[in-house]
Amino acid sequence: MDELRNYARELLEKEEVAAVIGYQQVTEKRTKPIVITDPAETSRLVFNEYCLNNLAVYLTKARIRSLMRTKDKTMKLAIVAKPCDVHSIVALIQENQIHRNDVHIISFNCHGVVKDFGCDFNGDNLAAKCIKCETHKPLYFDKIFGEEKQTPKAGDASLEKINELEKLNSKERFEFFKSEFDKCIKCYACRAVCPLCYCQRCITDKAIPRWIESSSHQRGNFSWNIVRAFHLSGRCTGCGECDRACPMDIPLSLINRRMAMEVKDLFSFVSGRSLETPTLVGNFDKKDSDEIFM
Amino acid sequence: MSKQKWEPKIVAFVCNWCTYAGADLAGTSRLKYPANTKIIRVMCSGGIDPVFILKAFERGADGVLVSGCHPNDCHYNAGNFHARRRWDLFHKLLDFVGIEKDRLQFSWISASEGKKFADVITKVTKDIIALGPFKTYQDMNAEFTTVFPEFAEAGNKEIAYEEEMTNG
Repeated sequence: MDELRNYARELLEKEEVAAVIGYQQVTEKRTKPIVITDPAETSRLVFNEYCLNNLAVYLTKARIRSLMRTKDKTMKLAIVAKPCDVHSIVALIQENQIHRNDVHIISFNCHGVVKDFGCDFNGDNLAAKCIKCETHKPLYFDKIFGEEKQTPKAGDASLEKINELEKLNSKERFEFFKSEFDKCIKCYACRAVCPLCYCQRCITDKAIPRWIESSSHQRGNFSWNIVRAFHLSGRCTGCGECDRACPMDIPLSLINRRMAMEVKDLFSFVSGRSLETPTLVGNFDKKDSDEIFM
Repeated sequence: MSKQKWEPKIVAFVCNWCTYAGADLAGTSRLKYPANTKIIRVMCSGGIDPVFILKAFERGADGVLVSGCHPNDCHYNAGNFHARRRWDLFHKLLDFVGIEKDRLQFSWISASEGKKFADVITKVTKDIIALGPFKTYQDMNAEFTTVFPEFAEAGNKEIAYEEEMTNG
């Protein structure tokens, strides 16, 4: 912990970075994001199993970005990122939302986080994203801390649910999703928390024509959730923040994960894993499958 | 609603340069095909947003056809290549949330393929008839119109206008 704090202080003191986006402890089993610009405040930084938030979402926020520019120079942003958050940062870099040279990634050897604040860290309380995690070491970083530790073992419940849904017929699946989307209250927390939902103006905010009804009736809910999932298919890095943020506990990442599996099958592409491969939906290959076309 | 025989409502989003011209050829060649399809012409298959399709379902379509130029034939060089990837994903997504695969179909039809256009429309119509009315989605629509009657009224006006235009 002291390593992290000292490192962050040095970065700020040398004016290498404009701000450090990190976590601070709130209670024993809860953290919250903090943006530090004053070197003295770096003592508040922590990193532990309760650092749930994906801080990459702040990299595209205008207020945070405005910190980078001072009168005479442009500085970097430093971000404390778990290996899975690094995937989101990679995706943002690929989509030209931030330049690699503008972000200073401070990462950790991660052995998982809890599924919710207040839980004890063990196999039963492991976050869904950590169960399926393959990268316990960050793929890209400027500084890495922490030693490698074993992740607790746990059953993959979301994969089981996907397989279970696959076995149902269309009508039953429709009923399942209808009942799930029916819970949606259109708070757009899923959109606010998603690092890749960075559009300045979302399609749901467009009033003329009103493509997606703003009332929380199931018809508009259906459109919204399909459009959300579609806009993230081939882009979602599987950080699972939408699931965590949803106040109605809609299993949003279920669809995202299913689409990620589909993308992997169809295009052997996994989002946010490499800075060299081009993005999926912004590009094309002349050899793409023609299977669905008559 | 009268107790007429149910006829499917199909919306076809077609590209201006190939499929629309193909449909034109089917017409001038006097080919026969079912009249259930309403054509909406767009400039390119790459310009069809998936929300168009959701909107079509919301407004009571039983099936949707998306059609554009063959790969390598795009008027804008790469529009249909971009579209192909997106449609592949969107089709898979709709399948997963429980919309039957045949409700949304895709094809490549060039300007010279009037015969293919007639065949595709016939096939799509046949598929949709086999699936029956899109009841799952339309139940949702019906409920929506009872909760928000003012929307229903606006929708009814549009439908009345549309029927007036088609029936003369």
